[in-house]
Amino acid sequence: MSSTLPRIVITGVGLTAPNGNSLAEFRKNLLTGVAGVERMEVRYMGTLLAGVCHYDALKYQKKKELRVGTRAGSISIYCAREALADAGLSVDALVKDRTGIYIGCTEHGNVETENEIYNISKFNYDTKFWSHYHNPRTVANNPAGETSLNLGTTGPAYTIGAACAAGNMGLIHAAQMLRLGEVDLAICGGVSESIHTFGIFAGFKSQGALASHEDPTKASRPFDKARNGIVVSEGGALYTLERLDDALRRGAKIYGEIAGYCVNSDASDYVLPNPQRQAECVRKALANARLEARDIHIVNTHATATPLGDIQECEAIRAVFGEGCPDTHINNTKSFIGHCMGAAGALELAGNLPSFDDLVVHPTINVDDLDPQCALPGLVLNVPKKAGRVDAILNNSFGMLGINSTLIVKRYAA
Amino acid sequence: MTKDECKQVVLDIIADIAPDEDLSNVKPDVRLRDQLQLDSMDFLDIVMELRKRHGIEVPEADYIQLASLDSCAEYLTPKFNALASKG
Repeated sequence: MSSTLPRIVITGVGLTAPNGNSLAEFRKNLLTGVAGVERMEVRYMGTLLAGVCHYDALKYQKKKELRVGTRAGSISIYCAREALADAGLSVDALVKDRTGIYIGCTEHGNVETENEIYNISKFNYDTKFWSHYHNPRTVANNPAGETSLNLGTTGPAYTIGAACAAGNMGLIHAAQMLRLGEVDLAICGGVSESIHTFGIFAGFKSQGALASHEDPTKASRPFDKARNGIVVSEGGALYTLERLDDALRRGAKIYGEIAGYCVNSDASDYVLPNPQRQAECVRKALANARLEARDIHIVNTHATATPLGDIQECEAIRAVFGEGCPDTHINNTKSFIGHCMGAAGALELAGNLPSFDDLVVHPTINVDDLDPQCALPGLVLNVPKKAGRVDAILNNSFGMLGINSTLIVKRYAA
Repeated sequence: MTKDECKQVVLDIIADIAPDEDLSNVKPDVRLRDQLQLDSMDFLDIVMELRKRHGIEVPEADYIQLASLDSCAEYLTPKFNALASKG
C-alpha cells in the first residue's frame, strides 16, 4: 500500500452470527467450541440444517419496519447500529452526508420473490395479489437502502454483489472510498438472508454440495474426510472504517488497520474454484500490503466443506504458505457457523480480530479425521492455540463465477 | 354485516399492517392518516388485505372512501353484504 494513501482503520464491529449476536459472544463461542447450526423447516424441502441468527430484531426497528422490509435489511440495520455503538459513534451526531454504507451480498431478492410466488399460489397465481412491496424489497441495494433509512444517513448506500466473496468486498470498497475522500465514515461488511430461500438449498442439493449430518453441530466440517457439503447460514457483520487521522482525533478504539487486499477472477468456470487464481489473489494481496507470507500469523480460510473446494483452496494456500512460514496459523470459521454467504468474509474476519489482543487462534472444529489432502502445516484443529504473536490476519473469501477476495488486516501500530 | 362489524374488519387489518399503533382510541370520524402513522403504501395494504381476506375489490378511484373508519363502513358494508347475499 502506498504510504501516500491515507491509512484506514477498523473502529467498530457489529454482528449477528448463528452462534452469537455480539463480537464478545461470537468470540467466546469460537474459543469454546460452540457451533451454531440447527434444524430448520425449509419450504418445499422439509427439515434441513442451517445457521440461524437469533438477534433481537426489535432492538433497532419497529414491527412495521420488519413487516415491510427484508431480513437482509433487518440484519444490516442491527449490525450497523451495533457497530456504531461499539465505535462510540452516536447516530444523531453522524455527519449524515459524509457517511457511506457499503454492504456485500451474495444475492438479494430471491427470498422476497419466492415468498410472493408462494403467496399468489394461494390465489391461483392471480398477480393482482402480488405485493406492492415487491420492488423495494428486491432491488439489489435493499439492505443498504434500508440501513440508510433507519440511520437517516444521506451519503452513498449500496450493495456490492460478489457471491461469497462479498463480505471482504464491502470492507475493501469502503477502504477505497475513504481513501478517495468520498466519505469520512464507512459502515461496511456483508450480510446474508439466504436461509430464507429454498432455492439456495435446492441448488446446492442438486449440485451434490449440501451438508447432512445427524448432529447439526457437526455438519459443517471443512478439511475432515467425512465432509459432505455446505451448511447454508444467514448472518451479518458490519464495521465502521475511518481514516486513521480521524480515528485518532476522536480517540477511537482501533481494532486493526487495513493492510492490503486483492480481488481477482478465475475466468475458468461457473462453479469450480481455481487454485492458481486463488494463490495469485493471496500473493497480490500480500504485495499490496507489502508483507511476506511469513508475516501473516493467521490465515482464515474460505473452505466450505465441499469435497473438492477444500482441497483446491489448500492447494492454493500450500503454494503460498507451504514453506518458510513457521508462525502462520490456519483456521476456518465455517466449521462453527456454516457458510454465511455474503456475510461470510466479514463475519470470519470479526471472529479472528480479537486475536490481536488475546494472541489465541480459534480452531477449525469437527475435524475428526483430517483429509491428508488438506493437511496444511499450521492448521489449528479442534482446540484453540496460543500464538507467539499475531500481527497480521489474512482473510480469504471466494465466490461463484470465480470471484476471489483476500483482505489483510494488521495490528495497529503508530 | 353491520357498520360496526365492518369497522372492526378494517381495524383488524390495520392492526396487522401497523402493528406499532395503539388502536384502542381510533376516532371513527377522523381521517385515519391524521391519527395513525399510515402512508400511501399502507393504504394499498388495506386494499390488498380486503381483497385477500374478504374478496372485496376497491377500485383506485374509490380509495378516497377509505379515509376514515366511518367512510370505510359507509363504503364497504354494502359490498360485504352484497358478497354475502351471493354467497
